[in-house]
Amino acid sequence: MKVAIVGIGMHPFGRTPGVSGRAQGAHAARAALADAGVTWSDMQFAFGGSYSAGDADSLVSDLGLTGVPFINVYNGCGTGGSALIAARSAILSGEHDLGLVVGFDKHPPGAFAADPASLGLGEWYGETGLMLTTQFFAMKIQRYLHLHNISTSTLSTVAAKAFANGALNPNAWRREAHTPEAVAASKMVNDPLTQYMFCSPGEGAVALVVARAGQAHRYTDTPVVIESAEFRSRRFGSFEVFSPWLSPDSAPGPTVEAAQAAFESAGIGPADVDVAQIQDTESGAEIMHMAETGLCKDGEQEGLISSGATEIGGALPINTDGGCLANGEPIGASGLRQVYENVLQLRGAAGVRQVPGNPRVAFSHVYGAPGISACTVITR
Amino acid sequence: MSETTARFVDDSLFVPEAEHVTLRGARCGACRTTTFPHQNSCPRCGGVDMSEVALPRAGHIWSFTVQHFEPKAPYRGQQPFEPYGVAYVDLGPVIVESRLTESDASAISIGDPVELTVIPAFEDTVTFAFAPAGSAS
Repeated sequence: MKVAIVGIGMHPFGRTPGVSGRAQGAHAARAALADAGVTWSDMQFAFGGSYSAGDADSLVSDLGLTGVPFINVYNGCGTGGSALIAARSAILSGEHDLGLVVGFDKHPPGAFAADPASLGLGEWYGETGLMLTTQFFAMKIQRYLHLHNISTSTLSTVAAKAFANGALNPNAWRREAHTPEAVAASKMVNDPLTQYMFCSPGEGAVALVVARAGQAHRYTDTPVVIESAEFRSRRFGSFEVFSPWLSPDSAPGPTVEAAQAAFESAGIGPADVDVAQIQDTESGAEIMHMAETGLCKDGEQEGLISSGATEIGGALPINTDGGCLANGEPIGASGLRQVYENVLQLRGAAGVRQVPGNPRVAFSHVYGAPGISACTVITR
Repeated sequence: MSETTARFVDDSLFVPEAEHVTLRGARCGACRTTTFPHQNSCPRCGGVDMSEVALPRAGHIWSFTVQHFEPKAPYRGQQPFEPYGVAYVDLGPVIVESRLTESDASAISIGDPVELTVIPAFEDTVTFAFAPAGSAS
């Protein structure tokens, strides 16, 4: 038995003054229900979450008080992926046939504020200027570029590709193309990363209607099957954000295990992937995650990226909707945005940014603090 | 600012009454994992047989960046804000995150030898930092 995605809905990402995160979530839910040709009262269950825009289950006040079991998911950057995993399991268990997954968020401008005490760290860590996510990303890619002899210009090329794809996406936040030179010349944030190489916290919402695959044709002519959805947390030795120290005995990050598990569970290999959405919190993350997910080997990225292989018309299109760089990162919605884009691509409904050649296999990957990753493989 | 008269930003980070400023870590009696700062249990094996250990004062740059924008609270830095270097420094048994005395990224490379010193933090406090080997007094 398998589970299919039969409806998708989105509230545009970016900044929508005067519209709450919850309202954006309700908008996405209604769009997904309409896409599947069903109503809220048809939903047998729902899983949803946001990080800072309220409890997802309060959406019943907007969508209807139907008595539906609505379970909140609060799992940082893995919120959307975790909600999708839970929904899939609810159907695979035989308990339900049809349900909704929703993620939304609305963050104030600027980097996320960090509280040392909430993570068991001393006040000194924040006071002395070490507790910044941007520093972690910069030092991780700085070492990676050094170890694998990748040029810093590759970082600019990745960001320029994201903005070029975002310019083709009506739901994206950043819709203006920038040349690699402009990316490199933007304000230095944390060497080697400049301002245009970082995504920003933002707003947005995504919802999916999922169904028992055998019943999917009741709702859509273009069902997309969830072949696998896997979640992992970090192991000792993994290099993660807000670490005052690291072990010399390093271990792969959670992405490696989550991606391997997703491919093994699906019985599909990285070489079979036709389109991928991977976590690009900043340009370097896309480069490192290409290898951590198994889509290429360490050190192959510069050749792939500079040759255009990761562009929409390339052999391995990555972040075809502009990724986090062009869409921003509303935490609760970000992982589901990737799945939404993959469904569009597999349906052949991605319009001007459609990957050519009738893509059949799509992969998505989220990664976030404090060392979690969720990956999915979906097919048509 | 003298090492011996300044107030540390957090005394628990340092070996008390050391001749030269020295970081205070913990070593697991079961699996020999070294942590910084000191902690009471081992994140690798879960053991609670942790003993205090003075960390090496010299190492080399494992990775680095320069902080170019002024962090939000809880950061409490000198005013006006000046960019500062940050690194992970490989001390052998443990890799420690630290401020650097150097703030010019073009003057820092992975593998550079560095040694421990202190720099002003906020008000009358100092914190640990690493300086190019041979440069710190």
